[in-house]
Amino acid sequence: MATGALPHTRPNLVHAMGRTALDAVAAVGDVALFAARMTGGMLSGLPRKGVLLPCMHQIGVLSIPVVLVTGLFIGMVLAVQTYDQFHFLRMETRLGAVINVSLVKELGPVLAATMLAGRVGSSIAAELGTMRVTEQIDALRALGANPIQHLVVPRFLACFLLIPMLTALADGIGIAGGWFFSTQVLDINSFHYWFHAESYVTGYDVLSGLFKSVFFGAAIAVIACHRGFHCGAGAEGVGRAATEAFVASFVAILALDFFLGVFVNSLYYLLWPTPITLACL
Amino acid sequence: MTHPIANPHFAGRSTGANEPPVIALAGVSKTFSGQPVLRDVSLEVRRGETLVLIGESGCGKSVTMKLMMGLLPPSDGDVLWNGRRVGALSEREITRERLRFGYLFQGAALFDSLSVYENVAFGLRQNTRLPENHIRQLVHERLAEVGLPESVCGRKPAQLSGGMKKRVGLARALVLNPEVMFYDEPTTGLDPIMSDVINELILKVRSQMPVTSIVVTHDMRTVQKVADRVVMFYPLARLDDDEPQIVFRGSPMDAVVSDDPRVSQFMHGEAGRRTHELAVAE
Repeated sequence: MATGALPHTRPNLVHAMGRTALDAVAAVGDVALFAARMTGGMLSGLPRKGVLLPCMHQIGVLSIPVVLVTGLFIGMVLAVQTYDQFHFLRMETRLGAVINVSLVKELGPVLAATMLAGRVGSSIAAELGTMRVTEQIDALRALGANPIQHLVVPRFLACFLLIPMLTALADGIGIAGGWFFSTQVLDINSFHYWFHAESYVTGYDVLSGLFKSVFFGAAIAVIACHRGFHCGAGAEGVGRAATEAFVASFVAILALDFFLGVFVNSLYYLLWPTPITLACL
Repeated sequence: MTHPIANPHFAGRSTGANEPPVIALAGVSKTFSGQPVLRDVSLEVRRGETLVLIGESGCGKSVTMKLMMGLLPPSDGDVLWNGRRVGALSEREITRERLRFGYLFQGAALFDSLSVYENVAFGLRQNTRLPENHIRQLVHERLAEVGLPESVCGRKPAQLSGGMKKRVGLARALVLNPEVMFYDEPTTGLDPIMSDVINELILKVRSQMPVTSIVVTHDMRTVQKVADRVVMFYPLARLDDDEPQIVFRGSPMDAVVSDDPRVSQFMHGEAGRRTHELAVAE
């Protein structure tokens, strides 16, 4: 059998697609390995209070204003955009049901996570990236600390534990904003607004939104820390890490939202085969 | 006062001929993204000596030091600590063994978010269960040794000058009473007086503690002042495949009078044909 080196060919579209696919698989694998190392770090000991609390303040407390403002406006925007259609059908008192269920199931969790990705994810990537290029991560190792345990675990726990609370805040302020605009500006009767809203929004809807938010928080923390740890050299590398952290987190939030949405809906139909619809009310 | 975390390796220290070197590189190569930086480098650091690594920028001195410290894995070959292969140690063992080493980073690498006090106390809090009043006493002692007053304790690294950062970095590295000290370009970016202060501190550390020192520098005054032995690296890009990367091993005086034009040129800081070579390369 004749053997020999394959003839050298110029890269074509198939090569480029193959290279892109391999790079994508390698990137996902790299993030997965990073998450596994982080889980190992978490299992070998939780961070000290003095390390965890400043992270929780930075990630959770300082994110409250932006989450509240976003939630408030989204609630009001929903009222503005849906009123005409419901008014045409003479169902404007059902507006609360639509606004509230949209907020607790989708917009609250996704917007809180997006705000967290923008404000915190980029900041984490830039901070860890700067620590990497200025050898502070090497200094941690030289001083007997595990950088994953010291830098990644507290940020992960802060995102993971606090995002449900930020989501609940976004839900609450969005519901208040929607109610305010509907009843005070669009002149919908407040009693009927709340009556239909309460009948349609279930505890399962609220919990499913909070459940999804936990995954969003975990994804933001892992992606941002991973980008920071693998930051390129110099200011350009740090800037790129911050941008990549936001973009990758945002894509991950939307992808997770889809798959988790399918999951929680399937679970709902399994538990309660007859869903509540506007027509039931 | 006896240091509460006195290093057991200092006790009964022997300099016998059969004792393995504190750190050794055996045929070590290192490649970054396909770009070779070190090729088949073998080097031994003997207990108690001050070894100075010199060479042009980009020749792999800092990488060599990080390999010795276990902060980077070699692409090929072995790093040995007291005769034990680092590659055969678990991550936990490496972390524990690494506490025998102190490292003064090129830019000091102080933790931006922590104060000077917290930076120096970091290693003690991380690795000991000493009460805070004891930690405070040790931090103040170490800062005093590097000539810094207690009043700097509350400052953040951004509020310090370059020389102060280096001294805080040195205090932080020394607080765990290391057996081996690594200095990565300790005088780079400092004025001549502060450079000499750092050189004096290196000598002071050596006189007060039985420490082995490894120094990477371009500063010939540092070489003359602190070195027991000098090793000169040469960039791989300017070597033939069969040429060794270490082009000189010997005393500082031998380096000054070396016949090798590469060593002589570096020691005397002469551009020679480099200007022409760089122009051709461009």
